[in-house]
Amino acid sequence: MQNGTAREKSDDEQAYLSRVRPQDWENPEPRSSYDLAVVGAGPAGLAAAESAARLGFSVVLVERNRVGGNSLNVGSVPSKAIIGAARVHGAMPDAEAFGARVPNEPALEFDKVMARMRRIRMRISEHHSVHELAALGIDVFFGSARFDSTHALLVGDSRLHFKKALIATGARPRAPDIAGLDQTGYRTSATIFEMTSLPKRLAVIGGGPLGCELAQAFCRLGSHVTIVQNDAKFLPREERDAAEILSRSLARDGVEIRLNTTVVGARRDRGAKTLQIVNSGMESEIQADEVLLSIGRVPNVEELGLETAGVDFDADQGIRVDDFLRSTNPDVYAAGDVCLELKFTNAAQSSACMAVQNALMKMQQRKSGSTIPWCTYCDPEIAHIGLHVWEARQQSIPIKSFTVMMHDVDRSITDGRNTGFVKIHVAEGSDRILGATIVASRASELINEMAVVMNTGIGMRALAAVVHTYPAQSEAIVLAAQAYKRFDEAAQMEVRRAGSE
Amino acid sequence: MGELARISDEALIVRLQRAAFSYLVDYADDDTGLVADTSRQGSPSSIAVVGFALSCYPIAVQNGWLSRANAAARTLKILRFFSRSNQSDAPDATGYKGFYYHFLDMRTGRRVWQCELSLIDTALLIAGVLVAGCYFDAEGEREIRETADALYRRVDWRWAQNGARGLSQGWKPESGFLHYGWEGYNEAALLYVLGLGSPTFPLTPAAYVTWQLTYQWENLLGRDVLYSGPLFTHLFSHAWIDFRGIRDAFMREKGSDYFENTKSAIAIHREYGERNPYGFKAYSRDFWGVTAGDGPNDREMSSRRRDRRFFGYMSRGVPYGPDDGTIAPWAMLATLPFATEAALAGTRRLLKTYPQVCPQDRFSSGFNPTLRGNAGGWLSEGWYGLDQGLVAMMIENHRTGLIWEIVKHCGYIRDGLKHAGFEGGWL
Repeated sequence: MQNGTAREKSDDEQAYLSRVRPQDWENPEPRSSYDLAVVGAGPAGLAAAESAARLGFSVVLVERNRVGGNSLNVGSVPSKAIIGAARVHGAMPDAEAFGARVPNEPALEFDKVMARMRRIRMRISEHHSVHELAALGIDVFFGSARFDSTHALLVGDSRLHFKKALIATGARPRAPDIAGLDQTGYRTSATIFEMTSLPKRLAVIGGGPLGCELAQAFCRLGSHVTIVQNDAKFLPREERDAAEILSRSLARDGVEIRLNTTVVGARRDRGAKTLQIVNSGMESEIQADEVLLSIGRVPNVEELGLETAGVDFDADQGIRVDDFLRSTNPDVYAAGDVCLELKFTNAAQSSACMAVQNALMKMQQRKSGSTIPWCTYCDPEIAHIGLHVWEARQQSIPIKSFTVMMHDVDRSITDGRNTGFVKIHVAEGSDRILGATIVASRASELINEMAVVMNTGIGMRALAAVVHTYPAQSEAIVLAAQAYKRFDEAAQMEVRRAGSE
Repeated sequence: MGELARISDEALIVRLQRAAFSYLVDYADDDTGLVADTSRQGSPSSIAVVGFALSCYPIAVQNGWLSRANAAARTLKILRFFSRSNQSDAPDATGYKGFYYHFLDMRTGRRVWQCELSLIDTALLIAGVLVAGCYFDAEGEREIRETADALYRRVDWRWAQNGARGLSQGWKPESGFLHYGWEGYNEAALLYVLGLGSPTFPLTPAAYVTWQLTYQWENLLGRDVLYSGPLFTHLFSHAWIDFRGIRDAFMREKGSDYFENTKSAIAIHREYGERNPYGFKAYSRDFWGVTAGDGPNDREMSSRRRDRRFFGYMSRGVPYGPDDGTIAPWAMLATLPFATEAALAGTRRLLKTYPQVCPQDRFSSGFNPTLRGNAGGWLSEGWYGLDQGLVAMMIENHRTGLIWEIVKHCGYIRDGLKHAGFEGGWL
């Protein structure tokens, strides 16, 4: 007889698989030609197929694995479910400050954490299930797609002719170049969520967003985590202050941090996995039960017959597209991780909708015209949109940041979540907002206000006048805008005074 | 404190200055002239502390604490040591390519702790070398001038660029250049100026521009500032260079200068002390000075209070942190040339409330009153040479401007400033 958790796993997994890769699925009879053929049913492929179908175009969608792509199956959704559980466990040592009494060693049932993750994934899979796609009139094919001409794809025995195509095959974890690691064994984002027990010791190689998120999450769940980063700071894309706050947050949680450290070898020692590391010429070793490799992602461009389709690509950079997301074959577009530098779900979806508009509606939407916010879901979260200060300075744009510390925001104080800041980067001499960086417990939500502000062209003066709820963490945004307003008014007064003298 | 509380401001700062200076004599090796990093038993020498010592000997002469001959002899001993030291890629050499390892054995001058060949600490040393070369201008002091000149000219700043536009923070024979670069405004201004002024192996002009691309001009706690968190980063280069009225392209764009910027940074530190966002004991407008220095370390951490984490020796900063309630007791006094009233008010308040932070009239490196301890809080043991040297120099600059005036006549530093794009004022 199955126990409760195993039975739940089985039920949830069956429901989930029936939505993302039904066992009894039969590919439909191909139409003579499709307005749009979409290769890959991740966030970009799904967004493209659904928006094209809703516009009345005939669409075929080809997926070689599971609908939903990395994001649903092995990326954003499962990782955030784990992070959610880790936040609860991570908050327990702080509970005393709120008057709560917790046991000295809060117990963790890892199988329940994973069961919750599977249940969440199952539930979210409903949003884009195969049957929902079919109901929209999309022909869904499972199998490997390969171009056999500039306007046709082969999937198994089926030949799919198209007027336009969109490649949205995504990306996969970068393979390691570490001697012995293949033999030692490691996990990536694609396999970490298959673990059935919490590793006592977890070594994370790579201090990018996913590595940091999972290092903190597994540490809070109870693993002894060591994170190794071959750089002076985590999150190299983010500004120094944000990365340093994250570093301290990881250390506070108990994560062992090895910055500026390179993994040069790996081996198995009596069941344990040993990583050989080098820091400034000093060699040492780390022992772990599991190793998570998170050193970036490479685009999936192989075995697609791209040469046959006349689509230029690079194994590292992905498919070469112009600002309209069109490849070197004018009828083939690309979207998402396979062609973008920003490998995020929202960027994939946005670029896919843009490509559909350009391919099928003869529009001229530019990817350079979109402003994509992103977030690393550590605690605190680190979010950014628009230009970084150094990017503005490289472009010789005078820039000034208006900063409000979260410890000066009433709601952050009442919640005891006062680590971080809101920085709004403004073009000097104007109130034009060029970008924003937010470090806060819910920076992923706060940054969206900045996305609205930037996309609608609202300046700091107008933002300062927008009434917000009180108390709210978003007060930090208004306080930054009000700081701008005060300085602006003082400068204007100075000008008037100088003029009157 | 009783006695210190009763004396005038001038008498107080002179007394503290002399005590700070005396560290540089008390903890110098008789043979090499090298000065110990800290007063703790077995401490190696820090080349940066030696740079401060070289800069402070003229101060001692001017104040009558050392005879000129004594100061010249001490200076020459150090310059001869570095001139004759092992410059090679051997792992226990004293230096390489004209740079020096951060920490050296006091007696042998060899590298210790497998430390890095440090660019910034070499710059602090070389700044002291140049002060000595400028100050000792008598005929009988020719060897000082010639050796100082040779030591500066042999520093291969171009090599330190390693073919890149910017600078790394150091090099090790075991692994090459460090991954750490200079990101954001900090104490490295002096390093870039010295590197740009070299007639032999200068930095490329792109080096300074590349560093400045990482500057952050921010409105923080109600003030505009070129941001850098730790207070010392706003002071170190200023111990030698009088930045009043001279501006590079960045400061021309912002309508400010680096001296004014340090004043803004000090105001932010005071404001942060008053806001005291994490509720640390004693923080106020007259209790501030979050910077690099010794700290209590994790040993003192109460296991369940995860919101309180304490650090050892590290660079603390405001307002982004890290901040564990530890201040550097010397830091307020070191801001004397920029914010005289604030420096004196804070120092007097500190001496009155916590006189234990200034044993034998020398300030300790770190003090944390939030932690319970025998000294009314946690107190760093002994003294650190960097703190003493900076305090002695800043007090002198406040009182007479001696070091600033010496440096204004140093052709290499003037050239370096001009190559960095500085204009106006005394340039």
